[in-house]
Amino acid sequence: MSEVWRGTWVVAYREMLRFVSDRSRLLSSFAMPIIFLVVFGAGFTKSMGALAPGVNFIQFMYPGIIAMTVLTSSLFAGISVVWDREFGFLKEILVAPIGRTGIVLGKAAGGTMVALVQALAMLVLAPFLGVALNLKIVLLLIPMVAILSLGLSGLGILIASFMHSQQGFQVLIQILIFPLIFLAGVFFPINNVPVWMEVISKVNPLTYGVDAIRQIFLGSALGLGVTVFGHTMTLLNEVLLVGALGAVLLGAAVLAFNRQE
Amino acid sequence: MIEVKDLARHFGSIEAVKGVTFEVQEGEVFGFLGPNGAGKTTTINMLCTLLRPSSGSARVNGFDVAHQRSDVRRSIGLVFQQSTVDEYLSAEQNLRFHGYAYGISADVREPRMRELLTMVELWDRRKGSVRTFSGGMKRRLEIARGLLHHPRVLFLDEPTLGLDPQTRQHIWTYLHDLRRRENLTIFMTTHYMDEAENCGRIAIIDHGSIVALDTPDRLKDAVGGDLVTFSTADNAAAAQQVRERYHVEPIVQDGQVRFQIAAGETFLPDFVREFPQRLLSVGVRRPTLEDVFLALTGREMRDSELDAKEMLLAGMGRWGR
Repeated sequence: MSEVWRGTWVVAYREMLRFVSDRSRLLSSFAMPIIFLVVFGAGFTKSMGALAPGVNFIQFMYPGIIAMTVLTSSLFAGISVVWDREFGFLKEILVAPIGRTGIVLGKAAGGTMVALVQALAMLVLAPFLGVALNLKIVLLLIPMVAILSLGLSGLGILIASFMHSQQGFQVLIQILIFPLIFLAGVFFPINNVPVWMEVISKVNPLTYGVDAIRQIFLGSALGLGVTVFGHTMTLLNEVLLVGALGAVLLGAAVLAFNRQE
Repeated sequence: MIEVKDLARHFGSIEAVKGVTFEVQEGEVFGFLGPNGAGKTTTINMLCTLLRPSSGSARVNGFDVAHQRSDVRRSIGLVFQQSTVDEYLSAEQNLRFHGYAYGISADVREPRMRELLTMVELWDRRKGSVRTFSGGMKRRLEIARGLLHHPRVLFLDEPTLGLDPQTRQHIWTYLHDLRRRENLTIFMTTHYMDEAENCGRIAIIDHGSIVALDTPDRLKDAVGGDLVTFSTADNAAAAQQVRERYHVEPIVQDGQVRFQIAAGETFLPDFVREFPQRLLSVGVRRPTLEDVFLALTGREMRDSELDAKEMLLAGMGRWGR
């Protein structure tokens, strides 16, 4: 067990080191969400009016954009596996006495730490968007982002364990990432969309991650929540669902990584 | 230090390693010599627990490579064919990562880092990003990293592939120095004949099997002595005379007569004095490992590399990849 812990720690440590030393990644990771917030916010906020009492479009979208940031940086944990494989460093990790499980958990933990840094950095924007911020929100947000990110990192690593080129991985992630984001209620409440879209969105697990983060920011009594078979999902429901699915994805990633030589 | 018994590995229908058996003693430099595709890397990957053997067994430092993988890993250092350093980190960060991964405490790690980086002459560049390093510097850094956790055995897979002769010589100076100081066992693969000369013993591997195993000198002796080369005005007649006088089978090639004889250096003065024709040139040399490979397999190393490539391509087709 100590080998798993040491592996987790050392691999995660390197992920952080890489993130900090790579300034272009540091900057570009903030560019996308800000572009979405500025362009969509400026374009839609006036014409759409309030979505619920006291909640305009940009305030609605903001928690979703945080979830989106978490999604992209978590999947990055996967690309770092492919990157290491391509440039040989994976071999150095594989022959170290740390075991495969530790490697997967370390990559996931590294992805999660990066996602946390980015999510917390996004909070700087809150005052400018008129989003109320308090200690309770921050304290709830940290574990929620961690749970969501661990599972999504697991998904990224799971995919990466079958991929041998960065290009291949990136193409696949692009194909995956857009429907996941657009059909997760990031940009609009999914209760007022055509049935086909509603069904897909409610099957998309990311929807519950987005909604959980939104509930942390905006509270639950807005009439914007996700209802499944007439039941409005509570924050606890969503945490359990996202956590359980994340555990399955991480487990699958560990298995996939152990299976290959 | 390394005991290998009937170790075999196949990929689909290709038998990459067909049951090899050998032992390496502590403090020895042991080499695997053979063309690309002969099974050298597959063997090394099995010994360092990166690849599970299909059958047979191997023990490194007393630990079984299939069942005591962590113990094996802790007692070995590795330098691979391709670079495995993280180019985005500094030399120092790469070594420190290795130290953390092997659980070395800081009071052991830091002096050891200094000692090794000084030895491979990278101490002044320790803060430099590995991206800016030359091929030789990266290889030296990898050797330093492979030794950080005081391994008992150092595995080197084509340690000087793609490096210029001067750098290769340099790296071998470090390795011999280390072996003396730390009683390190070195297991290496190569397809450079001159590099194999650094080994105490060599196993010549071809098509996944060991075809010979001995010291470089004895392997060369087994070829049948030294090579005498000479030329005369009439090489065909000269060859006939050699055949009659010394009972050996000479080869006439490229305007020269060549034959093999034991103890060539003491033979040569007599040969020059006694030979009936006027000699235009004469020389004697020890056989090289290239000659050994040729004698054992009937092919030159370069030809066999083509063979191996074809075999691999054909095999890949069948394997459906």
